[in-house]
Amino acid sequence: MNIPVSLTVNGKRVQADVDPRTLLVQFIRDELRLTGTHVGCDTAQCGACTVHMNGRAVKSCSMLVVQAQGAEVTTIEGLAKNGELHPMQAAFRECHGLQCGFCTPGMVMSAVQILKDKPNACEQEIREGLEGNICRCTGYHNIVKSVQLCQSGKVSTTV
Amino acid sequence: MTDMSQPPISPIGQSVQRREDYRFLTGAGQYTDDVVLPGQTFGVFLRSPYAHARIKSIDTIQALKAPGVVQIFTGADLAEAKVGGLPCGWLIHSKDGSPMKEPAHPVLAQGKVRYVGDQVALVVAETQWQAKDAAELIDVVYEELPPVIDIRTAGTATSSVHDDVPGNVCYDWGHGNKDAVDAAFAKAHKVSKLEFTNNRLIPNAMEPRAANAQYTRHDESYTLYVANQNPHVERLLMSAFVLGLPESKVRVIAPDVGGGFGSKIFLYAEETALVWASKRVGRPIKWTAERSESFLTDAHGRDHATTAELATDDKGNFLALRVKTIANMGAYLSTFASSVPTILYATLLAGQYKTPAIYAEVKAVFTNTAPVDAYRGAGRPEATYVVERLVETAARDMKMDPAAIRRQNFITEFPYTTPVGLTYDTGNYAAHLDKALELADVAGFPARRAASVAKGKLRGLGYSCYIEACGLAPSNIAGALGARAGLFEAGEVRVHPTGTVTIFTGSHSHGQGHETTFAQVVAAKLGIPIESVEIVHGDTGRVPFGMGTYGSRSLAVGGTAIVKAVDKIIAKGKKIAAHLLEAADTDIVFENGVFKVAGTDKKVPFGSVALTAYVPHNFPLDKLEPGLNENAFYDPTNFTYPAGSYVCELEVDPETGRVRVEQFTAVDDFGNLVNPMIVSGQVHGGIAQGLGQAMMECCQYDPASGQLLTGSYMDYCMPRADDLPSFTLDHTVTPCTHNPLGVKGCGEAGAIGSPAAYINALTDALGIRDIAMPATVERVWRAANR
Repeated sequence: MNIPVSLTVNGKRVQADVDPRTLLVQFIRDELRLTGTHVGCDTAQCGACTVHMNGRAVKSCSMLVVQAQGAEVTTIEGLAKNGELHPMQAAFRECHGLQCGFCTPGMVMSAVQILKDKPNACEQEIREGLEGNICRCTGYHNIVKSVQLCQSGKVSTTV
Repeated sequence: MTDMSQPPISPIGQSVQRREDYRFLTGAGQYTDDVVLPGQTFGVFLRSPYAHARIKSIDTIQALKAPGVVQIFTGADLAEAKVGGLPCGWLIHSKDGSPMKEPAHPVLAQGKVRYVGDQVALVVAETQWQAKDAAELIDVVYEELPPVIDIRTAGTATSSVHDDVPGNVCYDWGHGNKDAVDAAFAKAHKVSKLEFTNNRLIPNAMEPRAANAQYTRHDESYTLYVANQNPHVERLLMSAFVLGLPESKVRVIAPDVGGGFGSKIFLYAEETALVWASKRVGRPIKWTAERSESFLTDAHGRDHATTAELATDDKGNFLALRVKTIANMGAYLSTFASSVPTILYATLLAGQYKTPAIYAEVKAVFTNTAPVDAYRGAGRPEATYVVERLVETAARDMKMDPAAIRRQNFITEFPYTTPVGLTYDTGNYAAHLDKALELADVAGFPARRAASVAKGKLRGLGYSCYIEACGLAPSNIAGALGARAGLFEAGEVRVHPTGTVTIFTGSHSHGQGHETTFAQVVAAKLGIPIESVEIVHGDTGRVPFGMGTYGSRSLAVGGTAIVKAVDKIIAKGKKIAAHLLEAADTDIVFENGVFKVAGTDKKVPFGSVALTAYVPHNFPLDKLEPGLNENAFYDPTNFTYPAGSYVCELEVDPETGRVRVEQFTAVDDFGNLVNPMIVSGQVHGGIAQGLGQAMMECCQYDPASGQLLTGSYMDYCMPRADDLPSFTLDHTVTPCTHNPLGVKGCGEAGAIGSPAAYINALTDALGIRDIAMPATVERVWRAANR
């Protein structure tokens, strides 16, 4: 028996009847076709599925979409505004904080949360903050640099 | 059209920001699982829960009745359709001249399963859940057989992974001059010996493997979307060797691919089954691995058991090296498995040194574990680990400075032919060692060590001077060594009437940034803005041919193919320009995007020549075809030899066993750099994987049951951001002598050089001879408190 859900994703109200076992990430990817949010593991370890729900970074693979009933969800597709990259996106580009791009959306969403929680996070705190996101390409070096550049406010966001 | 009044600054050597990043950063990347085709169905593989078992029966009756099930296929269906097994691309001969054993590698299990995860049935359903639910209803009766797990005893095990390979030995190979080595050891002043395991790794590209196969009735063709590093090789192997289809009827598209590290080179059973089944089902079938399937079934890496000895004279000169290795092939021969512990391993055992005599024996064995194949570095990290651990140990045995013993034995004259069959074209090993010593402030190490000791910590310093053979490969040499494929690369340059250019390359980018780097090369060659160059890769329907991306070959081989095609464009452009400028072909020069009559001010820009080629009103049609479109294939004349010096400095807390990498310095010689930013990124990632191997990563099978114990991120320890330091990088440059760009390749170096540097530093800190990889916190604590 399907269950109706209603939530706001990237500022747009969406409604659907879903199989109760539908994960939030499955709803985002399969129902809404927002494929920027990725699935990299099945144990809530890799963080590729990270989105923001009601202003907090969450792993969308480890919650049901019905738990997001009425919530405001932002995915990577909703981070850039009016054709302008979010400073974190721009910083990742400037610092070469991504290679294959697969972990990137989740990494960016987590990084935004880190600076929201700790605007003056030091390198060690940034590294600890990224602990829930696995990247296999960059060795994290340039991801840390990206977060630090964003933190400095010296990043150009024009596309 | 481009303003040609100002000569453009060459983008080669510039850290141009990546052109692919915008799509990845905004969620617009398109990976295989993102592709949904009309009428899409979903495939799920039922996998063996046993490491080794006979299949007594498979009952699909209940599963077929489950909701949403479209069709179920088992090995019997494939056998009936005479679908072949998966091929191995490299033939190795044993010492006695016999060819390696190549047991059948079925697409779906035939009678027996040989590792946990071996695919038994393919369930196709309307949704992924329905397919999963139905797979659980398939009733397979197994008769368990004793598994072969330990490589050290596989050769004497009573059980056989394959009935037709009693003793489980795939090959017993030798390389080098055994007599010369034995003679040198007999007169050695000192023999330094180590026995160790090169730990088995699971590649873990963040995008799990995925495939989506579609059959089109109207032209009886197949289209396969697949997360793969070399779509043309995938097509060739699948169509010609397994399914018996003309290549012209199979299109393979590898769209955005989320990392490969070798694990997506290979032709796997899953995509092959999907392509075959897509015609039976009459609808597209998509399969995306769950991470646990990736752990179970992606080809793993490394897994050697090695005994190695280095003979030195009384002055610390290396006399000879003797290496004996048992290498794990896993349950089946994966696509390039046989070449990794042989051709890509023993040939690198000279390292950067003029050791005059080297002999290696490699016994490859089958076990009831996932297939093992190339993983970032592929054989070369294993070789570097042997050489650099031994050299460090020899320095300690001889009470010599580890940097000094290396320097004393460095090869200094080029070209240099090693006793293991490679000819290094160029290099300057002292240059990167000197730079690394300076950057790492090795001179200040004793003071830092004293400071650590004062606070109850241990501090160590370790080196690794690696070399690799990249730019794979001269086809004739590879062929003589057993390769069953050519290893050239292809490129096409299509100049459009407006002067913009599309490049079609057989190299594939899955994180390396070819869309930027290759465009930099073409823009520089043609003197046009980088924005005017589009790079197309990863589609056999668009790219003429290709051998793909592995072995740090993209720029050295794929880039050179493009340069050759661009040269043909320029040559034809000169003829067109000569006609337009009423001059002789030989008087035309091409500089910064402008064709000129040498020594005059007569000129015509590239864009005008392009337009003329497609609007040939004033064109030498009697001598020249219209259009401006060229292909080139490039087969390298030698491997490239990137080399570097790494210095690792770390601090151990003996109370907890925790290790902090205080500084990791990498000075690499990759020849010329096209995009230093991208090169540094490649090195960072490589070092992280190498340190992962040294510090925490290890694939473990239960020795009794053959169950994979490290089957998730909860059990297999991946390096996280807070496990690693920031790295200190620099470069020296000796341009490659045999490709026009002078480039050597940079993708694997970090993973090759770093494990030995870390273990050398750790053993230095702990004052011990050896510690097993991964040097986990527990192992370090035990060593510190022995």
